[in-house]
This record gives sequence, structure tokens and C-alpha cells, in this order.
Amino acid sequence: MKIAVCIKRVPDMETRFKIAADGKSVDQAGLKFDMSDFDGYAVEVALRLKEKEGQGDVTVISLGPAVVQETLRKALSMGADRAVQLEAESVPFDGLAIAKALAAELKDGGYDLILFGRMAIDSSNQTVGPMTAVLLDLPCMTAASSLEIAGGRATARRELEGAAEILEFPLPAVITIDEGIARPRLPSLKGIMGAKKKPLEVKPAQLGDVHLTVARMELPPERTGGRIIGEGPDAVPELVRLLRTEAKVL
Amino acid sequence: MANTFAYAETRGGELRRVALEAVTAARQLADASGGGEVHALVVGAPGVAARAEQLGRYGADVVTVVEDPALDKYSPEVVAATAARLIDAGNFRVAVFSASAQGKDLSPRVAAKLGVSMISDATSLEVKDDAVVSHHPVNTGKVIAAVTLTGSPAVVSVRPGAIAPAESGSTARVESAKPAIDPASARVVPKELIRGNTAQLDLGEAPVVVSGGRGLKVPENFKLLEDLAAAFGNAAVGATRAVTDEGWRPHSDQIGQTGRLVSPDLYIAAGISGAIQHLAGMRTSRTIVAINKDREAPIFKIADYGIVGDALEVVPVLTEAVKEAKKE
Repeated sequence: MKIAVCIKRVPDMETRFKIAADGKSVDQAGLKFDMSDFDGYAVEVALRLKEKEGQGDVTVISLGPAVVQETLRKALSMGADRAVQLEAESVPFDGLAIAKALAAELKDGGYDLILFGRMAIDSSNQTVGPMTAVLLDLPCMTAASSLEIAGGRATARRELEGAAEILEFPLPAVITIDEGIARPRLPSLKGIMGAKKKPLEVKPAQLGDVHLTVARMELPPERTGGRIIGEGPDAVPELVRLLRTEAKVL
Repeated sequence: MANTFAYAETRGGELRRVALEAVTAARQLADASGGGEVHALVVGAPGVAARAEQLGRYGADVVTVVEDPALDKYSPEVVAATAARLIDAGNFRVAVFSASAQGKDLSPRVAAKLGVSMISDATSLEVKDDAVVSHHPVNTGKVIAAVTLTGSPAVVSVRPGAIAPAESGSTARVESAKPAIDPASARVVPKELIRGNTAQLDLGEAPVVVSGGRGLKVPENFKLLEDLAAAFGNAAVGATRAVTDEGWRPHSDQIGQTGRLVSPDLYIAAGISGAIQHLAGMRTSRTIVAINKDREAPIFKIADYGIVGDALEVVPVLTEAVKEAKKE
């Protein structure tokens, strides 16, 4: 099975973000970066499918400047076979512009499966996967929380608000992966060493026109919490009083 | 005068609250930009036309009903093709979807079919000159992006709960249409809808959310939270990622960066330390109560009211107190 996984390099979220001087981006100073959470699940799903079949080929693709090679190398060290950097000065916010570049790369790749994370944890748009599927005219399943493949068909589950649904579709297909499906492995030392020798191709990204842009970024108002009203069950009457008279939620 | 499109999501033939939110958002947008009609699309098995009246009350001028026995469950390709065809054929400036699980599947498909970009998970929505402008939380809600989308039609998905459904008392014209593609030709086939606990309110819609973490010690203790939720009568029970990873609660109950994002009127965190991953999913709640043994737990930093103590001891007492308060 030939599988492509599209991955994104994102800042570590366990940090206090600052707005950059341009007022429309996050200050990069001191940020750590890694593969977007859901993309890690997608890479893991690809590797497990390959292992289960005993053969196959996993290509990881990332769009952006040279630094995304770091993220691609991580996927290679997890076990992916080859990597492609679609070179662009920066990653646009516009999902369709990105989908066009990915579709151009994926179109003639002969992939049985094209995987994405459910969403990029930074921009949180959740659009690139299904848009790429439409551009490639492939069946698409989003936010798969389980996935079974047999006889060229896939069965997948999507979590809904208080429910879930099961869908079936033929391969080749585009699938975006939710968490809970397969916890990503950590790269082994052998994997890290091996990754250095694996092919990493750099191509110019054929981005589409950009119509969606960030005009401004701001930090949400700080919560003014931190008020401890008491200890143990004895504090309950005071809590109930505050919920009624102050918060007016009871 | 351009019109506004709204997709009315259903489940099992019933309108979901997010359908009313989408129609309300479309109505408000249309009114703010000087009028124009709101056209709602509802898709389902025969009988779903009965939902048109309610969509009219929430502001739809026209309800297009697509009924087909094969569309009793959400069929992504059929609905996307049908919505795209309607939007393409009409004079629409903006097409509004919900950023629900279904809406997040559907709206990018529709946008790509129309060849346009889209705004996701908008918490505000406005047409300004030749652009649609919105706010959209990024970086797990730690940063808010003000985004600008040019081009028409503009596809937007609206964050569930961001726009309160409001009746505007109009009566809709009902039109029926056929699916844009034969449901039997869809490659992606819906097989089954698995309903969760339907007696419980949905996490995203409940005014009160009672949530538990590892501090509850064993899965059985979630019964205490269910009792508290029942005492409120308008509450849903959520959980942290640690708890859903352990399989104590279903994955769909997880509140956090990678799970559900909720902002109820009241959020009660019981036995939750407050990992960043969890805070990302609930920090916009109006009032936050935290109950935790550890006085240094990060959850207290964002809680309006904190009680230092064992959730297993505090919650049952709170449940009784809420029952008493509700009696009065």
C-alpha cells in the first residue's frame, strides 16, 4: 500500500504566546516546534498499516520553509520511507491555497491512501484535508477515530457531539485522523540515525491564490480566577451562595 | 440584494440546535447588511420537511427541503454536492454552516466544490465592504485571530454556542429539491449512527458542564458527577483526556485541546488538576468552579470559585445543596 501523510510543523502549545510586532502573528522567539498533534496520529496510522501488510511505502509531505525539514525528519525517524518538502516562504492561513499545492503534488503519486491529521493545532481551520480530497476527486472521511481496511474498502468511525457514525468507502481515499486511533510512537535511536539517509526531496509549492488572511492577532482577556473560597464539604454552602447571588447561575 | 445561505443540520430527522444557530447567524448577517433573504437547506428522509416551519421562525425566508429515503443518515458527498449546487445557482454572498462535527466535514467540501476559501469556527461574523471578517480562535484558544476573507460566495462555519438561536417570527416559503447526485452513487456511504446517551444534554449545548479527572480515582465515581448533573437538570458530564485515555469515559466526552471545546454558563471541574490541554477546552466558560485536593493545582488559577478538598467528599454535598436550591 502506498500512503502519503501530510504533516505540519506547529509551535508547542504549552507556552504563553505573545503577539509579534506586526500585530498579526505570534512572536516566534523562544517557541519550540513539533509535528501537529493529530498529524502524529496520522503518521502512526500509516506506519501500522504498512507493518500490518508487511510491505508498503509511506511518504510524508510538509509545506513551508526549510525548517519544516525538521518535522519531516521526525516522521522519517518514526519509520516513514521518504519525505517531500513543498517549499514556500510561509504557510498561508488559507486552506484552499494549501490544498491546491498538496493536490498538485499528490495527483500523480499513485497513492492508495492520503492521510492528514484532523486539524492543525495552531491554525485550527480543519479544511485542508477535505478540500484536497475534492480537488483530487477522491472519497473523503474526516476525523476518523477508528479505521479498518480490507479488500480495497475502508470502514471508519467519526465521533459526533454525543454520538458517533460509521462510514464506508473505497480506496484510494483521503482520511483525516482524530486522536484516540493510534498513539504515535517515539522515534528510536536507530530510527533517528536511519532517517538521515532517507530521501528528502524539495520542490516549489504550487500554492493557490490566497483569499483568507489574518488581519490581526490578539490575546483573549485573562481570566481573573484564583479565588479559593474554602476547604472540603464545609465550603459548599458558601459556593452555593456565590453561584446564586454573584454568578447567578443557580 | 444578495441573499444568505444557511445549512440546517439534522440528526435522526430532528433539527440540531446548531441548525438554529446557523439560521440565526445568517438572519443577523442579512439584516446587518441591509436585508436580502435567508435560504436554509435541510436534508433528510421523507418527513424532514416538517422542520421547515421552525427554521422559518428562526429567520429563514426560504427553506429548501431535500427528502430521500436514502438520506436518513448524513451522506457527505450527496449533501456537499446539493449544497454547492444551491449556493452556486443562487445569489449568495455568504453561506453559513455550523462548525459542528458534521459541519466541519461538510463546509470545506462545499467551499472546495465552489472553488472558494472559507472561514472556520468563527466566533463573530460581519460583512465589511468586499470582505467577510470574523474572529477565530487559534493555538488552542490562547490566541484570537481576526481573519478576512475576500471573494464571493464566502463559506463560513460558526463555532457552536457562539451565536444564540433567536426567533424572529417569520414564515418560510418551502421549496423542495432533488439531491444533486443520486444517493446510490455516493462513494462514501453512511452505515450507522450510534447514539450516545440521549437522555443527557450534549456537552456543547448544556448550560452547565460537570467534568471529572483522575481525582475521581475509579470510573464508578463518575456516578457522583452524573448525580450532580441530574440535580442541576440542565447539565452534561465531561471528562479530561487522562480519563478518556484510560477508557473510564467515552472519547467523545473529552474536553480539551484535542477534544470538545465548551463554554457553558457554569463549568464545575472535579478532581481535575488543570493541564493546559484541558484548560484549552473550557477556559471560555462563564463561571468556573474547581474542586481539587491540591491547593497548587493550576485549575485554581482560572477558577472563579475554588474549593480545596477531595472531590469524592465535596461533590455529594454539593449535589444535595443544589437539589435544595432548585426546590426553592
